Amino acid sequence: MLLLGIESSCDETAAAVLRDGREVLASVVNSQIAVHSPYGGVVPELASRQHLTNIEPVVAAALTQAGITLDEIDGLAVTQGPGLVGSLLVGLSFAKALSLAKGIPYVCVDHIVGHLLSIFLEEEQPAFPYIALVVSGGHSSICRVADYAAYELLGRTKDDAAGEAFDKVAKLLGLPYPGGPAISELARQGNRQAIDFPRAWLDGDSHDFSFSGVKTAVANYVRLKRQQGDELPVADICASFQEAVVEVLAEKTIAAAHSAKIRDVALAGGVGANPRLREYLQELGASRGIRVYLPSPAYCTDNAAMIALAGYHCFQEATRALDTDVYSRSHLGRPQPKTGKHSYGGPNSVDRHRPC
Amino acid sequence: MAGLPLHVALPDLATTCKLGQRLGELAAPGDIITLSGDLGAGKTTLTQAIGKGLAVPADHYITSPTFGLLHEYPGRLPLYHMDFYRLGGEEELLELGVEEYLEGEGLCVIEWPDRLGSLMPTERLQLELTVNGPTSREATLTAFGDRWRGRLTILAGEFS
Repeated sequence: MLLLGIESSCDETAAAVLRDGREVLASVVNSQIAVHSPYGGVVPELASRQHLTNIEPVVAAALTQAGITLDEIDGLAVTQGPGLVGSLLVGLSFAKALSLAKGIPYVCVDHIVGHLLSIFLEEEQPAFPYIALVVSGGHSSICRVADYAAYELLGRTKDDAAGEAFDKVAKLLGLPYPGGPAISELARQGNRQAIDFPRAWLDGDSHDFSFSGVKTAVANYVRLKRQQGDELPVADICASFQEAVVEVLAEKTIAAAHSAKIRDVALAGGVGANPRLREYLQELGASRGIRVYLPSPAYCTDNAAMIALAGYHCFQEATRALDTDVYSRSHLGRPQPKTGKHSYGGPNSVDRHRPC
Repeated sequence: MAGLPLHVALPDLATTCKLGQRLGELAAPGDIITLSGDLGAGKTTLTQAIGKGLAVPADHYITSPTFGLLHEYPGRLPLYHMDFYRLGGEEELLELGVEEYLEGEGLCVIEWPDRLGSLMPTERLQLELTVNGPTSREATLTAFGDRWRGRLTILAGEFS
């Protein structure tokens, strides 16, 4: 079975071709980083316009790379949410149009589920149930993955996502967007122990995160140094900040696995490409008898191969309906709305969906 | 028309939370609060306290809307928490359906309100957070229009 995956939830337009839910024949990602960099973050309107321009060539490139034509595709898998509504709509509308024109069914996929299952794009795979840490610009969650279709949210951020903290600290330091790669690069030359930024462990056994405090601590440190007229030790700030975030992410993930008596842990999401997080998590897991599975960085950041893979495992839900809609916030672990408006909702609707 | 600004000293996190909670308790359907302040000034923290005052259930974490642009929470009144930092201008705000929220029956808390341009509501409470020290802040509250004037007097009595 050949599945074409389409992803456009944020600032990457991506398409992939997956054979039988295992073999990635093509994975093409068109990044908009250069477009958004001058603004220090993703500009929603620019993003959806870029998706419109990119989607057809990206899908065509994926088909060419896979050496197949559209007529050979058996089904489509497309990201339905969470993400930016305008961006998501480009991908979903494109999939619906292909479905209608070619008479092939499509399945809607949750972006976070794509991340949770992305480890199955690799040779080395965890056994069910496993613990997944999903960390990106919009999400920081610990989930228990019981099988391809059952996920339990064990912990989530109470304020900022980890990737958001990286972006905001980069902005404070005058570093380019996206903040993650810029900070991790500078951190290599810095001392992780130079500045003791706070770690938010929260209450007792909580698997929740909080990254707002460490961001404010960096802001306070920078303000004080500037007031004193001192030169900013940028590399040390980056290394110490990164260590504070990485330590909490890794410790809480391993603790969650330990308390659930689960031996396998998988990393996912854009922050999962951070070398220090990968190293820390693997070393900590090894010291506690837990095996850590790391997807390659290309499958940590947004891609369509993970969407095709997640779509393969829920393809029984595929449809040809034209009235499906996107949603902006995560529904993980909750029923998804079948029809209606975007989950921004209207003033009379209440968002019953927990953020993930 | 803007009323006289009320300056509230927030020497610690507890006072910041108390102010937020009172704002939530005093909020009426259709109210709008605009929030400004530097990165790390405590805009999301203050909104979390407003949520507490609005009786948003504790399992609904009020998280930063920077990535999602607009978060909606149930409570005594619905809370609409928005961050317009990355929005280009009025056209995009209209696309987001922001008017529906501004004219709705909930409480809108808006970060980066300057992006609103001509959509800026005439009736609103403007709140600016200034950083004085690691945990010390000052809040400057200004009522635009009549709705918040009386309530600012109440707050002035409580926080003087």
